[in-house]
Amino acid sequence: MLEKEGKIRIPAGCAISGIFSKSGKRINGESIIKSISIMHDRSNGLGGGFAGYGIYPQYKEYYAFHVFYDTDSAKNECEAFLDRHFDIVDMSKIPTRPHKNITDIPLIWRYFVTPRPTKLASSQLDEKEFVSRCVIKINTHIDGAYVFSSGKNMGVFKAVGFPEDVGEFYRLEDYQAYCWTCHGRYPTNTPGWWGGAHPFAMLDYSIVHNGEISSYDANRRTVEMYGYNCTLLTDTEVITYIFDYLVRKQGLTLTEAANTIAAPFWSTIAKLPEEERSRMTYLRNKYSGCLITGPFSILLGFEGGMMALNDRLKLRSMVIGEKDDMAYVASEESAIRLIEPDLDRVWAPKGGEPVIFTLNDGVEI
Amino acid sequence: MAINYFYPEYEVVRDTNKCIKCKVCARQCANLVHTYDEEGNVMLADSSKCVNCHRCVTLCPTRALKIVKTDHTFKENANWSKESIYEIYRQAETGGVLLSAMGNPKPLPVYWDKILINASQVTNPSIDPLREPMETRVFLGSKSGPIERDENGKLVNNLKPQLELEVPILFSAMSYGSISYNAHASLARAATELGTLYNTGEGGLHKDFYKYGPNTIVQVASGRFGVFKDYLEAGAAVEIKMGQGAKPGIGGHLPGAKIVGDISRTRMIPEGTDAISPAPHHDIYSIEDLRQLVDSLKEATEYKKPVIVKVAAVHNVAAIASGIARSGADIIAIDGFRGGTGAAPTRIRDNVGIPIELALAAVDTRLRDEGIRENVSLIVGGSVRSSADVVKAIALGADACYIATSALLALGCHLCRTCNTGNCNWGIATQRPELVKRLNPDIGSQRLVNLVTAWQREIKEMMGGMGINSIEALRGNRLMLRGVGLNEKELEILGIKHAGE
Amino acid sequence: MKKIYVNEEWCLGCHLCEYYCAFANSGKSNMVAALKDVKINPRIQVEEGKDVCFAVNCRHCPDPICVKSCIAGALSKNPEGMIEINTDKCVGCFTCVLVCPFGAIMPNDDGHAIQKCELCTKNGNGTPNCVAHCPNNAIVYEER
Repeated sequence: MLEKEGKIRIPAGCAISGIFSKSGKRINGESIIKSISIMHDRSNGLGGGFAGYGIYPQYKEYYAFHVFYDTDSAKNECEAFLDRHFDIVDMSKIPTRPHKNITDIPLIWRYFVTPRPTKLASSQLDEKEFVSRCVIKINTHIDGAYVFSSGKNMGVFKAVGFPEDVGEFYRLEDYQAYCWTCHGRYPTNTPGWWGGAHPFAMLDYSIVHNGEISSYDANRRTVEMYGYNCTLLTDTEVITYIFDYLVRKQGLTLTEAANTIAAPFWSTIAKLPEEERSRMTYLRNKYSGCLITGPFSILLGFEGGMMALNDRLKLRSMVIGEKDDMAYVASEESAIRLIEPDLDRVWAPKGGEPVIFTLNDGVEI
Repeated sequence: MAINYFYPEYEVVRDTNKCIKCKVCARQCANLVHTYDEEGNVMLADSSKCVNCHRCVTLCPTRALKIVKTDHTFKENANWSKESIYEIYRQAETGGVLLSAMGNPKPLPVYWDKILINASQVTNPSIDPLREPMETRVFLGSKSGPIERDENGKLVNNLKPQLELEVPILFSAMSYGSISYNAHASLARAATELGTLYNTGEGGLHKDFYKYGPNTIVQVASGRFGVFKDYLEAGAAVEIKMGQGAKPGIGGHLPGAKIVGDISRTRMIPEGTDAISPAPHHDIYSIEDLRQLVDSLKEATEYKKPVIVKVAAVHNVAAIASGIARSGADIIAIDGFRGGTGAAPTRIRDNVGIPIELALAAVDTRLRDEGIRENVSLIVGGSVRSSADVVKAIALGADACYIATSALLALGCHLCRTCNTGNCNWGIATQRPELVKRLNPDIGSQRLVNLVTAWQREIKEMMGGMGINSIEALRGNRLMLRGVGLNEKELEILGIKHAGE
Repeated sequence: MKKIYVNEEWCLGCHLCEYYCAFANSGKSNMVAALKDVKINPRIQVEEGKDVCFAVNCRHCPDPICVKSCIAGALSKNPEGMIEINTDKCVGCFTCVLVCPFGAIMPNDDGHAIQKCELCTKNGNGTPNCVAHCPNNAIVYEER
């Protein structure tokens, strides 16, 4: 019998695409679906998903939890847990439309929550740490419940299927986002589990990723020391946790985090000016367990920005295009040209070189 | 009274058709096995003196010599081996503790040989180390603590002192006294050329070798031989030796006969006195005492050098390592039960301690479970025999490996396991000047450099095969390992899956 | 010119150089065939004292007294500086044997001429055989 994700590690190849508006212009999900659909051959129908930022302006102060349930009892147990730890201001089924290619659908619910002040105070944790621990607890301990999105004013939508079908299934035309990322998956073997599709998200960080990292277990065992629990055994999950650890918990900038996980070679570092050399050496040495080797191209979505990053040898394709205030990132240039034929600039970033887009100064979402 | 006759275990076989009577065997055997009988114009051999060190075999210009295991035998007995019987005779005769040298030779499981390494196929690319950078540099030392920024927001290097190695292999502790001046010279020179470190062991540091200080680990053991301010300041790191894999729980004893000349000066004890290392450090009867010694050594070296604490792999090594990691040590060295020695009681060498593979896995897991793995680096030793063992050790969770027996083999040792006699024909474990000179450090250091360079190349090949181009991505990457022929419990302790899973 | 030098610090007195010298100059391809039951007469010889030993062979002196003393013109210094012996000219007077301060010239096996180290240039060995087989690098062949 094939084992479910989380029991076994499954290598996967993939397609990724992302759209970002620096002026904060919000667009619906149709463009991103169109973009990923042209890379159909890079997926095999065993997983697709999207992340949209700025989609819940009416609830932007609340954590939006998207949850898969296998059973009603899992739902009851999870809701009881949520009720103990959070004030729930809204809850509903996530709207979907029937789709011939999307089957074996779990229960898909959405909750807008804020931590209960007394629980938060007694935990002696900061709010984000409290929320992330609750998410990890549900995913680890409540059988059949899986929180796959937990950030504010953002949401992940994913399923087993081709990404364009998943987008239609979730009615993404009804959501307006200033940043979309998406993913089509090509796992080598899996019975197909909705939680295993990408993006993978923790708080407002979401990651779509194409690659198979060779450092996986070294990275997993490193982050698991710091309270993370890698339940899916996927690259995306561990990369998300590494970013969360380096940026949120350790206080590195995104660029520093990128320099850590896709660090330059020592021979390159040796040629840098003294100050930069010492900084790079420090990061590689101090966070050696966070170095990622093997092929990857990732899109990291976060509140107010998006970062694209390739592995240090650039073993996966990734192209960036810009037009006015819009930035596009995709595994293949065709996926960008399809939605914006008239680009100001197209280029392929170097291995290990982070490309970060953020909202222009003064833009409020 | 019983009469004991010990028929030689090994016999010298000379092909008289090939022997040209050049007498090199007679001249080179410090055990006086070979003699030339002038009257009969014939070379003779007394096999009872032979330790099977192959010095004569190696130098014989016509390949006229070989050493064979004797077929002289007792009545077959699956319970009473010849070895057991002879040991009884020997003890009945002498009333003494049996002594042996080098590592445990018993047929106990070697887990390295039951672990297999992964390689990339299709889903991600392997990397060719001849065409792409392949990094084996490693830093040893504590990485703990939050980041700090200066007033401009720039990161401040707030790491505790680190050791930088170009390859994750260090030469393990062997004292001057247990091995020769020329062996030390070879190790020191090779470590310097390789960009790694060698370890003085507990016998102090000869004044000639202070110049290799940046590539030297100075050891502080229970006897404190040769320990003084200049010594501590000379090394790149200080190692507190709590135990040794070959003889956990007991100290050392270098007989007064070997405490002569430079050895006496280097150890700072009078000529002819026995150098006895107590079993415990008599200022460390508990973990809090260790903390004080760590702190005082750091204070003495102005917090500029990492402190290593070396322990033998014993049953509760994980808990001990956890204690050490919280005692201010920067690096923990663990020595497995197959580790070598210049001399140890046979029963202890062969029966005390646990395999390094299991100890390493248990310690790494424990430190991670407690979230303190980055407080310390881990060095493991106790029979690391090849680059594959190094790769497996790092994937199990080590930062680097100590090698000693492998290094001695590179210097010419043939594992005859009679270091304790002081008659080493290869000039390694001896202080007899005419034997010491047999090890020319020009040759010795080059052979050590060759060995480690060869291993480094092989490590890079294996890493490239796994699609890993930097050694830190291999560290603790247990998914790259699979077990064969191991039971559930062994796999659980090693934290790896069985092949096929 | 590259010469053979001996470092007594590393000489073990194993005498292997003598046997490899004898073998190299035996004209045979097998050491057993060359040296079995043969009393060797090597061109390099190990001197042994109480605590020291070293191998001695021709130093190829810059101002060679052996060449000066040769009554037959059999000894000469070649353009590189190596002292050569022409056995066809040697009359076996052994004056050179007497004058060599190192004792590095000796009568050859048949006793009618002398022999000395010619750096294995005439026996087809290439590098000097004593150097190639010294187990401790005590004999080296180098430019100084």
